[in-house]
Amino acid sequence: MSDDTTTMPHPWKLRLVLPCLAFGGLLLVWDLLARFSGWSVDVFPGPLQVFISMGELIANGTLVQHTVASLFRVTVGFYLAVLGGIPLGIMLGRWENARLLINPMIQFLRPISPLAWIPLSMLWFGIGDKPAVFLIFLSSFFPLVVSTTATVSAINPIYFQVGANFNFSRWEVISRIIVPAMMPGTITALRISVTIAWLVVVAAEMIAVQSGLGYLILDSRNALRMDYVMDGMIVIGVIGLLLDIIMRRLGRIESTSWNG
Amino acid sequence: MGHIVVDHISRAYRNRRRRNRVGDDPDLRYGDRILVLDDVSMEFQDGEMVCILGPSGCGKSTLLKIIAGFDRPSAGRVLIDDKEVARPGSDHIFVFQHNGLLPWMTVWENVGLGLRHMSDRDAKSERIMEFIEMVELENFEHHYPHQLSGGMQRRAELARALAVNPDILIMDEPFSGLDFLTHMKMREEVVNMHEFIGKTTIVVTHDIDDALIMGDRIVIMSGQPSIVKLDRQLDFARPRDFQKEPSLNQLRNEIFFMLGVPYAV
Repeated sequence: MSDDTTTMPHPWKLRLVLPCLAFGGLLLVWDLLARFSGWSVDVFPGPLQVFISMGELIANGTLVQHTVASLFRVTVGFYLAVLGGIPLGIMLGRWENARLLINPMIQFLRPISPLAWIPLSMLWFGIGDKPAVFLIFLSSFFPLVVSTTATVSAINPIYFQVGANFNFSRWEVISRIIVPAMMPGTITALRISVTIAWLVVVAAEMIAVQSGLGYLILDSRNALRMDYVMDGMIVIGVIGLLLDIIMRRLGRIESTSWNG
Repeated sequence: MGHIVVDHISRAYRNRRRRNRVGDDPDLRYGDRILVLDDVSMEFQDGEMVCILGPSGCGKSTLLKIIAGFDRPSAGRVLIDDKEVARPGSDHIFVFQHNGLLPWMTVWENVGLGLRHMSDRDAKSERIMEFIEMVELENFEHHYPHQLSGGMQRRAELARALAVNPDILIMDEPFSGLDFLTHMKMREEVVNMHEFIGKTTIVVTHDIDDALIMGDRIVIMSGQPSIVKLDRQLDFARPRDFQKEPSLNQLRNEIFFMLGVPYAV
């Protein structure tokens, strides 16, 4: 499953130190580039300026406020996608007629970038959280449907025969076979789609809203504060990293540990 | 009760590989379908252990799946205690060729599958433990299947099947993929289990020795479409030994010959 199960686990210190080395290297390159590129601080601020201005943004509360706004939209949009996408995926994975009926339509809608929906979503949902939530929903709904369908249809048919042999009801087939069997695959799908959702929130917030990290970046660009733009980017990256760590932890909980 | 009548069943599959061509033997293929079982009839008495033997691809697994209710015959019917089999059920449990344990459940939970409607928790735990002990998996009840060896997995599956007290046990290649010693031990256990509980047991195997050592009766199927080549009662005392039973040894040689191997090497 995850990369660290097959090889010997590295000591935790090494796991902490090695990534820090990489980040340190990135900071160094950034600093050197900023110092010697000849660009002005307004165009390409170095790490020191960026961290000082991040302190300002944290102190006056704007950074927290924008981060919370973004996280709220991602949470709502992502949960809607999970609630709609996973049951639909189970249905498509189990029921071939439904797959024949709906799958081509899904494959048609899937490659349309959520960003292409911006004009329509603004028209339909107006200004505020709704169009952003809708775009996030779209961005993670289709990947979830597709991967859930694939996971469910790949479940070993023997398990369903075992269920039939022990007189499982339809509900028991779902709760005792499909849900546990699809869990490892679904965790991976959630991990990928939450990253996509987080990717889209910034673009969604550049339209129609007055808050969020995307708005912070857009607003700072208009004010020509590239240090604030970079602050927004850093926070987005940090939260993306945290989301991935949380999703990976989910993959290690008891109910998914059976597959070795 | 576990009396089974297989009443003139045939099973044809759609041939996905190719369509019929001129010159095909019309008995083997009709339309673009392959006939796997052709008008097979047999009967299993209550409490009998019957080994069905045949080369791979002879349709013996298909026959088992039909008896278990996983598959439907194209023609004919299967009766269990005079009732036609329409779907799988817990009175006739199928023990799978490859591992049929649900991998996300512990041994305990797997064995308890058929007992999940028992309201008395204590009685249920007691019964689960009884069958875990019967297959000597105590201390492993909270292990997941992937933490067990191949032989232990088969034993756990056997315990799960027996725990629901089925009338019929249907075993598809129960020893495939086991190492030699585990195979021998498992075979002994299945024979002992059958002597002990006396359920109708159908074992499909391609191993001639397994069939001759285990079966109260042996049925040999072969050909395409498959027909019953031999149906012989084996009235030999157990434990059976080819050296001490010349007639058993002779039957073994006959079967080897029948299945196309002239010498029992």
